[in-house]
Amino acid sequence: MNALKEKVIKSILSITAFASIAFLIGIVVTLFANSLTALKGIDQIQFLFSSDWAPYYSPAEYGILSMVISSALIGITAALVCIPLGIGTALYLNEIAGSAQRKILKPVIEILAGIPSIIFGFFAMAVLAPFLQNIFDLPSGLCILTASLTLGIMTIPVITSIAEDALGFVPIGFKEASYALGGNRWQTLIKVTIPAAASGIITSIILAIGRIVGETMIVLMVAGGSLAIPTSILAPARPMTSTIAAEMGEAAYGSLHFSALFEIGLLLFFMTFILNFISERISKKYRLKLGQGR
Amino acid sequence: MSDEIKIKVSNLNFYYGKMQALKNINIDIMDKKITALIGPSGCGKSTLIRIFNRMCDLVIGAKAEGSVIFDGENILNSSIDIVKLRQKIGMVFQKPNPFPKTIFQNIAYGLEINGCKDKSFIKFKVEETLKKAALWEDVKDRLNDSALGLSGGQQQRLCIARALAVEAQVILFDEPCASLDPISTAKIEELILELQNNYAIIIVTHNMQQASRVSDYTAFMYLGDLIEFGSTNQIFTVPKNPKTEEYLSGKFG
Repeated sequence: MNALKEKVIKSILSITAFASIAFLIGIVVTLFANSLTALKGIDQIQFLFSSDWAPYYSPAEYGILSMVISSALIGITAALVCIPLGIGTALYLNEIAGSAQRKILKPVIEILAGIPSIIFGFFAMAVLAPFLQNIFDLPSGLCILTASLTLGIMTIPVITSIAEDALGFVPIGFKEASYALGGNRWQTLIKVTIPAAASGIITSIILAIGRIVGETMIVLMVAGGSLAIPTSILAPARPMTSTIAAEMGEAAYGSLHFSALFEIGLLLFFMTFILNFISERISKKYRLKLGQGR
Repeated sequence: MSDEIKIKVSNLNFYYGKMQALKNINIDIMDKKITALIGPSGCGKSTLIRIFNRMCDLVIGAKAEGSVIFDGENILNSSIDIVKLRQKIGMVFQKPNPFPKTIFQNIAYGLEINGCKDKSFIKFKVEETLKKAALWEDVKDRLNDSALGLSGGQQQRLCIARALAVEAQVILFDEPCASLDPISTAKIEELILELQNNYAIIIVTHNMQQASRVSDYTAFMYLGDLIEFGSTNQIFTVPKNPKTEEYLSGKFG
């Protein structure tokens, strides 16, 4: 009786464990299968290097360059916001904040991580966009900068929590050694603690960028939606994710348009896959390093 | 052989918050001699050694009273230059803690943070101190390899070399062999005996044999009190205090 019970439990757990692998494979296969029509039916050079996206014209045009550039620009600008703020917060928590401050700050940052992105979108639309519109005297406040600031703020907790863990894992012995050699707090932080935590910090940055590039709701709401190649961060833009979300509902099932949207998704998938792969490699190296360093 | 007092501790009291960790300690540390601090866990020996280079400051709520005279100054004064003090009084920790950098960088670190930019001087110092720490022959061909690839004993010798590079006059050893095997321990002890010719050395140890093998003077501490201090020979053969005798014979500890 007990042996049977064990077997049942074991098989249930195995099924749950392998389910996520099955889902991953399923998603990749679906992405590929649905992209096939576009991969065959659209000149791929045109697809990647033209910025004319006009699926409703005749003949229809499918060029995603402006979306890729928009995604990249938003990613870079948002990274410039979240990297200094996120790492600054992590350093403050780890090095300066007393335990009383940490008790308040950490939960607050975790709440920030739990806010749905659409709430950030609301905030950006209602507050940030009009504000930026006034300051820069823009025709519309919905632009790359608005989206980037919002995305940057949203991903601060991603960086802070991982970077703070990495800083916390730096063995106390490294710091003591630095102090005992006459190092002050600043030198110890810059030359010993941060280099020892570098891989963890880099991992946190890459994960945050992956999150930014993949985020849909905020860019759909506040990036402006223009398909022209953006000339500055004050220009409106439509990144890859927005296009998929905006057009998927209208594209006829199985059409070339439908398949082209899937191909954009496939590209996005590979971009985030590569980012995750890099961060995995770096954090593995970092675990080994600290393992030896005790 | 000089009989010069290097550090003079008078009426030292030390507190962690309300807990008094050291009670009215008086001890003279002699130059070019090895002083061992022994006693059961919690007796205050690690606290005492961390006062000499003010590492005790890192603990919140720590407070010291009394005087610890080194180079004519009371190092407990808040006006003391801690950077200078920590260079003159180097420390080797219980666990070898080389930085996750190259062997060369580990030694250069202490020089660089003090503004030394002279590359040839740093190079000279690296070689000189590695030789003093009996590590040069082991590592001279791989100075640019990670220090974490060294064995535990080699790492500990690197940490000693690192302390020597910043012109230390006193070296504090906080149970330097606690995590090492017997062969590495023997090498470190040999090195400590050699260093004694040029440095004042204070060593905290749990190992009675080690204290009797290497030290000239021994201080026995118990519950924050300095119970007995004298030449190692006298402490181990004819201890004056019955508590010392009980500890050395293994009745408690």
